[in-house]
Amino acid sequence: MNIPEGLKYSKTHEWVKMLDAASCLVGITDFAQSELGDLVFINLPQTGDEAVMGETFCDVESVKAVSDVISPVTGTVSEVNEELLDSPQKLNEDAYGAWIAKIENITGTEELMDASAYEAFLQTEEA
Amino acid sequence: MGTYVPTTTAERKQMLDAIGVKSIGELYAGVPEGLHIGNNLDLPEGLSELEVRAAVTAAADKNKVFRTILRGAGAYNHFIPAAVRSITSREEFVTAYTPYQAEINQGILQSIFEFQTMICMLTGMDTANASVYDGASAAAESVTMCRERKRVKAYISACANPQVIQTVKTYCFGSDTELILVPEKDGKTDAVALASMLGEDAACFYLQQPNYYGQMEDASEIGEIVHAAGAKFVMGVNPIACAVMKTPFECGADIAVGEGQPLGLNLAYGGPYLGFMACVKPMMRRLPGRIVGQTADVCGARGYVLTLTAREQHIRREKASSNICSNQAHCAFTAGVYMAAMGEAGLKEAAGLCISKAHYLAGQMEKELGWKLKYGGEFFHEFVAECPCPDEVLQALEGNGILGGLPVEGGILWCVTEVVPKAELDRTIDIIREVVLP
Repeated sequence: MNIPEGLKYSKTHEWVKMLDAASCLVGITDFAQSELGDLVFINLPQTGDEAVMGETFCDVESVKAVSDVISPVTGTVSEVNEELLDSPQKLNEDAYGAWIAKIENITGTEELMDASAYEAFLQTEEA
Repeated sequence: MGTYVPTTTAERKQMLDAIGVKSIGELYAGVPEGLHIGNNLDLPEGLSELEVRAAVTAAADKNKVFRTILRGAGAYNHFIPAAVRSITSREEFVTAYTPYQAEINQGILQSIFEFQTMICMLTGMDTANASVYDGASAAAESVTMCRERKRVKAYISACANPQVIQTVKTYCFGSDTELILVPEKDGKTDAVALASMLGEDAACFYLQQPNYYGQMEDASEIGEIVHAAGAKFVMGVNPIACAVMKTPFECGADIAVGEGQPLGLNLAYGGPYLGFMACVKPMMRRLPGRIVGQTADVCGARGYVLTLTAREQHIRREKASSNICSNQAHCAFTAGVYMAAMGEAGLKEAAGLCISKAHYLAGQMEKELGWKLKYGGEFFHEFVAECPCPDEVLQALEGNGILGGLPVEGGILWCVTEVVPKAELDRTIDIIREVVLP
């Protein structure tokens, strides 16, 4: 399982890449994509949306299920990765490159885990 | 006559033997005796075919069947080529049930695919679904397709069919969408009012073309107004009129829906009818119900599959915006056969005859009766004529085997289709003249 250092992780399997103190990129983890299976569609959030930590901010559709993506932080969506609309499979192929949204004016990052904590969390999940 | 009873006595015995049960009675031994009907099923003796036919004919004779119909308002009496009835009454099509094990039913899937393809050709849209139950539910489903997180208000023209408006309202209640009526002006949608009403929370606007009063709306202009507000443009269209008018796609519609009854379905006392739905590619994933796609099998041969099954029974489940899981397969098939039998030229001819005959009747009412058309705009095959005494007029026509138009506020809504001969239109004018002119 690929869990890169330097990113932050949520218990609902989203990753957060801090760009500066108040903005970040958000995506889904390698574990999340492998659990979901082949992704065929993403229902992206819209620029300007208020993302709230712990609440749905977009959903992804695989060949077997539609799953909510939970926002790992609170803030404002300032950019979305529209490339994913045409190639949702990038979420499978490169989970940490395929960012979903850029979120600004963020709070709530203190709740997130670092790579080793997330790895340990995954082990308790699987156990 | 086909094999509607699936098993013979011998086959049933074989099945009972296989599971080690002596009789049907023994098979149901687990059901408490008090719940058995036994032989006390309180039904009359069976009837012979002759007796059944006599009884059903007697009942049917109670219906008032009009030789000439000059009423539309949502259901239209069109010519249906004999081939349509002949093909669609084949046992394979009549008895085929919904394709649960979809891909094994290649014939049904092909018939749906062809229906979808022809609906796309008629509307100019990129994709169509396998149909829904009727035009009103198609309209309601289209409104649900447009709802987004921040766009929660739906707008509908007051010139849409009142029954469609009612159905859309019911669905909006279920999806917590506010439905707002856009007023009418001179028999058409008030475009100025529409522009002032649509805000950032507008999900969509539904326009009927031609509208309930038969008037041709300025659909392209209205589409621009709707898109300027960032909302989706839904057009409810008459499929026969589609053969000759600018397609919904050319008018900028995101979704085109309609009542498919004019496409080869009998009036049949109001049903079963057929709802069709088509949309542009960006809306494709929101299209409810089934969609059949064409593909190639492992040998490279053409085959059909249910596609984009991102739907309520499959993937989206509780997140789906619609709960329709089936379609109106036999009616859709009938419409497909009708469109194939008529062809592009036939449909255009039928539409052209509707236009010229309706305009002839309207013209005669003006010229011979001195009546005024209530609205001045272009119309397809329906129009409202002002009438001083609608009840007397309709009664006199009924007495002569003619179903007159529908009384609406300020007059009568008339409809003329290609099946009404000119002589009947002249007779209609003569009968009315007797009533209204001294």
